[in-house]
Amino acid sequence: MKPVTPTLSRTPLDRLRWALADAWTITRRDLTHWVRQPFGIVITLLFPVMLVLMFGYLFGGAMSVPGGGNYREFLMPGMFAMTMAFGPERTMLSVSSDAAKGVTDRFRSMPMAPSAVVAGRSIADMLGSALGLAVMVACGLSIGWRWHGSMVESLLAAGLLLLLRFSLLWVGIYLGLVVESPEAVAAVQILVWPVLFLSNTFVAPETMLGWLGAISEWNPLSATVAAARELFGSPGWGGESWIAQNSLLMAVVWPLAIFAVFFPLSVRRYRRLSR
Amino acid sequence: MRSSGAAVFAEGLRKRYGEARALDGFDLTVPEGSVCGLLGPNGAGKATAVRILSTLLRPDGGRAEVAGSDVVRQAGEVRFKIGLAGQQAAVDEVLTGRQNLVMFGRLYHLGARAAGRRADELLERFGLAEAAGKQARHYSGGMRRRLDLAASFILMPKVLFLDEPTTGLDPRGRNEVWESVRSLVVGGTTVLLTTQYLDEADRLADSIVVIDRGRAIAQGTPDELKSRIGGDQIDVAVRDAGELPAAAEVVGRVCEVDPEIYRDARRVSAPVGDRVATLTEAVRALDDAGLAAEDIALRRPTLDEVFLRLTGHRAGETGKEAAA
Repeated sequence: MKPVTPTLSRTPLDRLRWALADAWTITRRDLTHWVRQPFGIVITLLFPVMLVLMFGYLFGGAMSVPGGGNYREFLMPGMFAMTMAFGPERTMLSVSSDAAKGVTDRFRSMPMAPSAVVAGRSIADMLGSALGLAVMVACGLSIGWRWHGSMVESLLAAGLLLLLRFSLLWVGIYLGLVVESPEAVAAVQILVWPVLFLSNTFVAPETMLGWLGAISEWNPLSATVAAARELFGSPGWGGESWIAQNSLLMAVVWPLAIFAVFFPLSVRRYRRLSR
Repeated sequence: MRSSGAAVFAEGLRKRYGEARALDGFDLTVPEGSVCGLLGPNGAGKATAVRILSTLLRPDGGRAEVAGSDVVRQAGEVRFKIGLAGQQAAVDEVLTGRQNLVMFGRLYHLGARAAGRRADELLERFGLAEAAGKQARHYSGGMRRRLDLAASFILMPKVLFLDEPTTGLDPRGRNEVWESVRSLVVGGTTVLLTTQYLDEADRLADSIVVIDRGRAIAQGTPDELKSRIGGDQIDVAVRDAGELPAAAEVVGRVCEVDPEIYRDARRVSAPVGDRVATLTEAVRALDDAGLAAEDIALRRPTLDEVFLRLTGHRAGETGKEAAA
């Protein structure tokens, strides 16, 4: 066996090159997980589809859309955002089980770029979310949802949805670093539901009690859903309140705010592993 | 400030977790090409020492060099020269054995082809070639640890840290891991391994450092330490607790030390020099004294007894347990 001696990268350009290469290695690792555990990814992709069918057909008959319109057309943008909101628990699970199994420590003891673990995870998770969104769009099209806006508006809507997912990714990374064991992910899995229901995803906030409606309107998820409805030309967006009038703005502001809080928190937490 | 060619050199390392002092002036020198066993109970500071030396943790005070580089100021360089196998097998359980080694090889900045070649070499060397295409989660405990060792050996590190490499393994798994570690040492790698098991340190280590409450309290070859500890122990169990004082008197006379009396177990223990002679003599003396022993046995000293001899207190008996 010949000894192998790679060199320490010294120039900034070298470092950047290695940071990108390392991130890609980690991305490939996460993508391999999909291939090796196809059951998991299929469940993840099909669970929102099941919810669409449940809400669209089981409850849909009893739902009314503000300003009139088809409930399933109203529902779909909400379901797209819901698919994005299901993401952070998976991120959290991956991050915390790496820490619990000592894989994080192994990475930290290696001469790789410290940013690569998180960067690789982000790329893989965003690819997964884009795939999830594509499946949901196909599901929507098959039950009669259509985008009525221009292609640019539709792509912008998809961009806002993925922006939301990107900000929630950092919530997942932070929680994954904070929790002691991967089992804690169950708590997040449960807590995501009240957040989902206290929004405009399934029902228009106007139909709720006054204060509940206000909470629902200010839910970051609602901003993205309302903006997506507006851009896709789906029914049921807009409203009297300021927040409802400015959903496009808030669909950018909320994710940036979440990112601005959880990105530094995650970095600090990662650094504190060495204290 | 180079440290006389030692592969691992630590001086006055300190680390606190709140009130608890995990390391409290820890010194260590491991000569190049040797195997050093860091022996101590849970919470003695073994894991903290390894985490500092492998750049995972910053010390509060003191300094350390690994393969000539400072673990704080030159952490990046240290990481190219070390391998670390922690308390768990830190491998990706979803990936196959080979995929794991290729991934870690790539992260060590080997090219795609070199990483693949290295993975195959290591799978062969650690007896995992046949399981190369199997997911790590289907591996036995021993196989997973060997995969972990292989991953920490990708760059043929100058210094390999093994933190309790056999904890939680069955005897067969332990033997497999021991075999692997011994084969690595032949190639000239310096090994620092932590263990709670005296027999593990005995089998693998050239020198043993006993650590207690964050300090190195004894150091020597296994033979030197064992003679300080008193070698093997003789256990005499009696049927009736009332016979314990008489039995202790007999055992004390034969072994020429004050024996330990374990009232609950109705047992008397003492270190022995010459195993067989002492055993024969003890049997005869007990017989002469008219004592009916339920059981008489010779055994290796336990870590507890090592501690009792070296420190005068049982492991973890006094003081706050420091975080491991």
